[in-house]
Amino acid sequence: MPDRPVTNIVIAGLGGQGVLTASDVVAGAAFRAGFDVKKSEVHGMSQRGGSVASDVRFGGKVLSPMVPPGEADYLVLLDEGQLEANRGLLRPAGTLIHPALVRGVRLASKRSLNLALVGVLSARLDIPEQAWLEAIRAGLRQDLHPINLAAFLAGRALDTAPA
Amino acid sequence: MAPGLIHSGHLLASGDEAVALAALDAGVRLGTGYPGTPSTEILEAFSLYGGQAQWAPNEKVALEVAIGVAYSGARALVTMKHVGLNVAADPLFTVAYTGVTGALVVVSADDPGMASSQNEQDNRRYAVAAGVPMLEPSDSQEAYDFTLLAIEVSERWGLPVLLRMTTRVCHSKSVIGTRGPAPPAPRARFERDIPGRVMIPAFARRAHRRLRGQLAGIEAWNEASGPNLRVHGSSRLGIVTSGISHVHAAEAAPEASILKLGMTYPIPMARIREFAGSVARCVVIEEGDPYLAEAIRAAGIAVESKPEMYRFGELNVGRVRRILAGDLSPESETPAGTPPCLCQGCPYRVVFQALRDLDCIVSGDIGCYSLGVLPPFEAMDTLVCMGAAVGVGLGMRHALPPEEARRVVSVIGDSTFVHSGITGMVEMAYNPPPSGHLLIILDNGTTAMTGLQEHPGTGRTLDHRATGRVRYDELARTLGIRRVHVLDPTRDPAGFRELVRQCLDSAELSLIVAERDCLLAAGKIRAYEKCEEPRA
Ligand SMILES: Cc1ncc(C[n+]2csc(CCOP(=O)(O)OP(=O)(O)O)c2C)c(N)n1
Repeated sequence: MPDRPVTNIVIAGLGGQGVLTASDVVAGAAFRAGFDVKKSEVHGMSQRGGSVASDVRFGGKVLSPMVPPGEADYLVLLDEGQLEANRGLLRPAGTLIHPALVRGVRLASKRSLNLALVGVLSARLDIPEQAWLEAIRAGLRQDLHPINLAAFLAGRALDTAPA
Repeated sequence: MAPGLIHSGHLLASGDEAVALAALDAGVRLGTGYPGTPSTEILEAFSLYGGQAQWAPNEKVALEVAIGVAYSGARALVTMKHVGLNVAADPLFTVAYTGVTGALVVVSADDPGMASSQNEQDNRRYAVAAGVPMLEPSDSQEAYDFTLLAIEVSERWGLPVLLRMTTRVCHSKSVIGTRGPAPPAPRARFERDIPGRVMIPAFARRAHRRLRGQLAGIEAWNEASGPNLRVHGSSRLGIVTSGISHVHAAEAAPEASILKLGMTYPIPMARIREFAGSVARCVVIEEGDPYLAEAIRAAGIAVESKPEMYRFGELNVGRVRRILAGDLSPESETPAGTPPCLCQGCPYRVVFQALRDLDCIVSGDIGCYSLGVLPPFEAMDTLVCMGAAVGVGLGMRHALPPEEARRVVSVIGDSTFVHSGITGMVEMAYNPPPSGHLLIILDNGTTAMTGLQEHPGTGRTLDHRATGRVRYDELARTLGIRRVHVLDPTRDPAGFRELVRQCLDSAELSLIVAERDCLLAAGKIRAYEKCEEPRA
């Protein structure tokens, strides 16, 4: 699929919220679906509660690993407070996915918010469910699978698409 | 054992993981280095995949160990962040003279934009200064391929090779294919070569000439068949580029002709001259210093260099578009996100609170504890480079009037102390200021800042097995420092503050080891300690 257009996703939150796990799952799912994928973020003091953002791009052929400003198709926020810092990345018609969307979902642990939002995102992407499930199993410790698969599926089942 | 993500023979790997995979496939005998973002994951991955990897106390020692491996005819990998190469520069410049028998690959992971560093120096300058061939990968596939190529070049010409990476290459994940095991290295053996290995002046003079001869040979090879890519496009715009800048440029200007250099020292100048002559406008797109542009212009080839404002920070697609458009208008500032802070419950909080309460002048250092500079503590007054806390504090004690000198405290992390604070402590014992001095080692039992690595003060190896342990208190006493206190500052914060006050008032040399495991590491440390069996 070399001529498939590139889909651009930015995931942002605070250190410790699982931004990198979320972007690993998205990149892993796209990779399993046969796309070219690049994923990029800046590590560093990300565990110390500061802002963390990760870019995932997939399509026929991806060049730069960073989503150019104003070209993100999806901005996934794990923390509502990260909107200001990342708003400029989203394209005007881009989609914002944020915690309020999953307010109605009962999560077994608030640490699986990341996977619930990835679930919401997944419903809008052309990647088979099997690829998502495999990516989650590959990306998380085994004892965390049940909680995170449940969160993912709950987010995926929500009908949050604009009417 | 390879990383988890494998799909139809390919895998999704970071640049760091790709270097580790290549090292494994090439049969690298030993990987050594010192942690530093963005290079840290290379050795961790190499160890995970089954390679022999170890942390050295600092980058200089790491490079020296790697030199010994390569002198023995084996393949060595040594990894560090860009500023680490400053520490390792001394052996680097001279191993270029001696050359090696096996392979020596030196990874320098630069950090344009300073995501996690104290400066954004461009280490491509080191290749030129030391006379060491340099490869610059632009994605994970090239990180893999160029690691193998670096080993080949190193063995063919008998020289160390610099693999210069940057944050985005190290930490971005992209799809790679691997090649399986490379032809095995020759068996390690000692071969005496006194004039070739012992750099007294008489031998070094010859060795320098040999080095320049080898570099000329590599340059000819690079011109003819180096890892340089020519993308044929419009004859109106040509771009000369390397590393991560290549993918930004290819996206920003899909119509352009591109000459993408994989080996950027020695520079293939004839290829560049021919390329520049084939296009109406030729622009050099590079991150950091105008390293390529300066060299190309010095060779009398007319190329455009980026405007000075683009020397700072990382490039991206948007910035490359601006460079090509000659856009000098101010760039929009990205709104600041949430800054990191000392974890709630971090033992360092007590220490910085005490230093603040006592209005100390704090000569600080690098690590998680650098966050003591931010509110609510603002209890750090200097930060230069690893280890500098001790020397800079001593210098201030020497120069300041007595009432200020008495308030100076040097504060350093445990990993940082072992890295380059020990010689500072020797200086403290050797040239004590008249007002004495207080050194505080923040011993949280790990290298927290870079992701919880072991070091010689933890008594565990890179893969968390028990080994010898450096005792800071005993070291200080051996040097003649009499006031030595080891305690957990969180037990009695007021008592800790009182102890600091007493040390400052004593006008003697004092060491306080503030010992309390990092919150994030404590559980892991307990688990490692449980399965530790003392060595026979
Ligand atoms: C020469 C050099 N090498 C590596 C680094 C990266 N680095 C900065 S501080 C540090 C060690 C931090 O560990 P420690 O002193 O134990 O403090 P902690 O983070 O645990 O508080 C490292 C690896 C650097 N800045 N300079």
